[in-house]
Amino acid sequence: MIRLEKRAEPSRAWQVAAPVVAVGLTMLAGAAMFAALGKDPAAAIRTIFWDPLFSPQFAAYSRPQLLVKAAPLILIAIGLSFGFRAGIWNIGAEGQYLMGALAGGAVGLAFYPAGGAHIFPLMVLAGALGGWLWAMIPAVLKVRFATSEILVSLLLVYVAQQIVAAAAVGWLRNPEGGGFPGSRNLARYPAASNPELLPGTGVHWGVVAAALAVPLAWVLLLRHVAGFRVRLTGAAPRAARFAGVRPGAMTFACLSVSGALAGLAGLFELAGPAGQISIDFGSGYGFTAIIVAFLGRLHPFGILLAGLLMALTYIGGELAQFMLGIPKAAIQAFQGMLLFFLLGVDVLTNWRVRLRRRREAR
Amino acid sequence: MPPAGRVLLSVEGLTKAYPGVLANDAVSFAVAEGEVHALLGENGAGKSTLVKAIYGLVRPDAGRMTFRGRPYAPAEPRAARAAGVAMVFQHFSLFEALSVAENIALGMERPPPLRELGRRIAAVSRAYGLPLDPLRRVGDLSAGERQRVEIVRCLLQDPKLLIMDEPTSVLTPQEATILFHTLRKLAAGGTAILYISHKLEEIRALCDAATILRHGRAVASLDPRRHGTRALAELMVGASFAPPARAGRAAGPTVLAVEGLTLAPAGGFGRGPGEVSFTVAAGEILGIGGVAGNGQDALLDALSGERPSAPGAVRLNGRPVGALGPAARRALGLSAAPEERLGHAAAPDMSLTENALVTAQVRERLTRRGFVDWARTRAFAERVIARFDVRTPGPGAAARALSGGNLQKFLIGREILQRPVVLAVNQPTWGVDAAAAAAIRRALIDLAAEGAAVVMISQDLDELLEIADRFAVLNEGRLTPPRPTAGLSLEEIGLMMGGAHGMHEIAGGPRRETGPAAPP
Repeated sequence: MIRLEKRAEPSRAWQVAAPVVAVGLTMLAGAAMFAALGKDPAAAIRTIFWDPLFSPQFAAYSRPQLLVKAAPLILIAIGLSFGFRAGIWNIGAEGQYLMGALAGGAVGLAFYPAGGAHIFPLMVLAGALGGWLWAMIPAVLKVRFATSEILVSLLLVYVAQQIVAAAAVGWLRNPEGGGFPGSRNLARYPAASNPELLPGTGVHWGVVAAALAVPLAWVLLLRHVAGFRVRLTGAAPRAARFAGVRPGAMTFACLSVSGALAGLAGLFELAGPAGQISIDFGSGYGFTAIIVAFLGRLHPFGILLAGLLMALTYIGGELAQFMLGIPKAAIQAFQGMLLFFLLGVDVLTNWRVRLRRRREAR
Repeated sequence: MPPAGRVLLSVEGLTKAYPGVLANDAVSFAVAEGEVHALLGENGAGKSTLVKAIYGLVRPDAGRMTFRGRPYAPAEPRAARAAGVAMVFQHFSLFEALSVAENIALGMERPPPLRELGRRIAAVSRAYGLPLDPLRRVGDLSAGERQRVEIVRCLLQDPKLLIMDEPTSVLTPQEATILFHTLRKLAAGGTAILYISHKLEEIRALCDAATILRHGRAVASLDPRRHGTRALAELMVGASFAPPARAGRAAGPTVLAVEGLTLAPAGGFGRGPGEVSFTVAAGEILGIGGVAGNGQDALLDALSGERPSAPGAVRLNGRPVGALGPAARRALGLSAAPEERLGHAAAPDMSLTENALVTAQVRERLTRRGFVDWARTRAFAERVIARFDVRTPGPGAAARALSGGNLQKFLIGREILQRPVVLAVNQPTWGVDAAAAAAIRRALIDLAAEGAAVVMISQDLDELLEIADRFAVLNEGRLTPPRPTAGLSLEEIGLMMGGAHGMHEIAGGPRRETGPAAPP
């Protein structure tokens, strides 16, 4: 019979190897699934993982898209990782992303059509503030009334979606849009837009922010006492209290970071790639970032790689859909496998598999 | 209820070892039919293991049992129940959302229809004076009523032997009175009762016979009504006290003063919170004894700062610190080492270096402008390891990889090397091997000799009397006035520990000669 034995110490080797093994297993299982669907498995895997980066036909479009898609995932996941490390489960980053975009977009549109270098920084600030405020709702409710931040933050996503939809057809609708829903396009309002900074790379201010967030988070988490307290809270809540950590303050801090970063991601997406507040502005980045955070083992550089990998499966998945006719559901299942295998293989970090015969416990 | 009745249960040479502990060492005793038989002993004396063996929850390593004249070796509680043994646990297993009758039905092999069961519950509860409404929701019941549900559940099986584990620990005095009436009635009807307790008064008021356990051995079988509380306490605690090695030391100025600190009941005991007041002088060790669950954890948390109190309730060198958190108190020199090593004093999955940072950040200046100086932290952890002989591959080892004794040496050493003004420790040698325990006691004595005040909470009386200058007992959240250990007699300790509080209302009441009178 197979037994799992707890390791005395977490295995360093498996900590590094687990994501790699999980990706490998996902490729195998995914290939089997694609084969069962009657598609060429090798072609499917190649289309998802290789073509977006190296195919002469698609790479020119896909490569910049990689950064555009990965940046919000990384930015949100970095924020979430603090809470997840401390055992504070913000599941509603999608809502904070939406409210950040809405707040930042509203500030930008309030200045329309004036020019000025102060407008975009103000929007960035408002974006962070919008996401932060939305995250403070579950924080206050948790600290004051001991509600579950999981449920509150998750349900607030749907509230945020309704608010964004209402804004798109109501108070933020483009007056010159001929009655169609959706705000003015910020991409066509230079003072408020978030343009591609280096042509052909996809780099916009959100990518810059994500690139800054990764090393900053690493320093904070592993070199600063604040990060130590976050990790201690997650590892042993009572030991954290013993060390002097106030649980309420920790809840506020973690939800603040994740809310503000999600709001920033929303604002950069709105002012750049998306351009306008529309009814369905939300694209699920906030939820996918949860997967990215865990895929990256809640480590800043892990999250960087995981975000890029996840973005790749998105872009490659789309490519596979339209090149090979693989159904969207199969692509989603493929992405789900990635998380499944990661969590499965992760067990080996703390547990050791032992094969032995059943013996009666004394 | 003649103790000379036929033998119902006999236990011979029962032995059960756990890794590192001999929980029961060749225990023999017998219970007669219709007898109320006490199992008396301090915490850790082996009472629970013994009854678990009788109830089929633990398989003994050696020994024989007979029940109603036949060999008896229950493989599981179901077999014990079938033979006629029932047990009421200290912690109830009831569903709060269900009614009394539904709860009882859940525990039965073949429950009758609820209406019929309700009638039987009502009949049993009337017959034994246990008022209980079968239709009420368990969530609405008091602790005493919940216990009645458990008792009635047992009585419906018509047991020959009823085991009760510390039944009065959750009861108010009034509820205890009702329980005692019930137990006497049951015994009169021929049911034997095995009654586990460490409360001497109760046992003298209720029991016909007593077996006293100490360190896993049955040290005496006697009639508790014929012996004074003192004699029982002596037997329970053991007469082998080492002469207090630290008695009569000249104490320095008072550094820690606790005044009117309230400890809300930690567990389920229904009595109101008590007040704790004491002072500790520089260079002094105050030993606080008492059975676990009487507010020890709350007291340590109140000293460490995890449980804030009124500012003036805790004073350090005259300065009110009751409202300060753990980090602020540590900065001022009030340090603590909690009982639970893994999860409270240390994070199990973190390295020793990281665990050093948990409490040493401020006093050892391990951070600079918020940034952790990991080299310095590691060096501090290495100093603790070297100075306190912690056996570990190095400071990178995870806390959970260390044995209990080595981890405790590290955790106590972590506090001592920070040169605290006051160090409060809870159960510092619990679950620790003998060599490590001795090293820890030595370290605490040395710390006091260097001028620190030490508050040592422990259940190990020998240990407290060995190293403490003064001794007090924490009982139901109240602390007895501390007394010098020098010249403290065993009888006095027994009476301080005996839990005479709140027993006066119990039917029968305490005998006058057992009151807190000065020994002749």
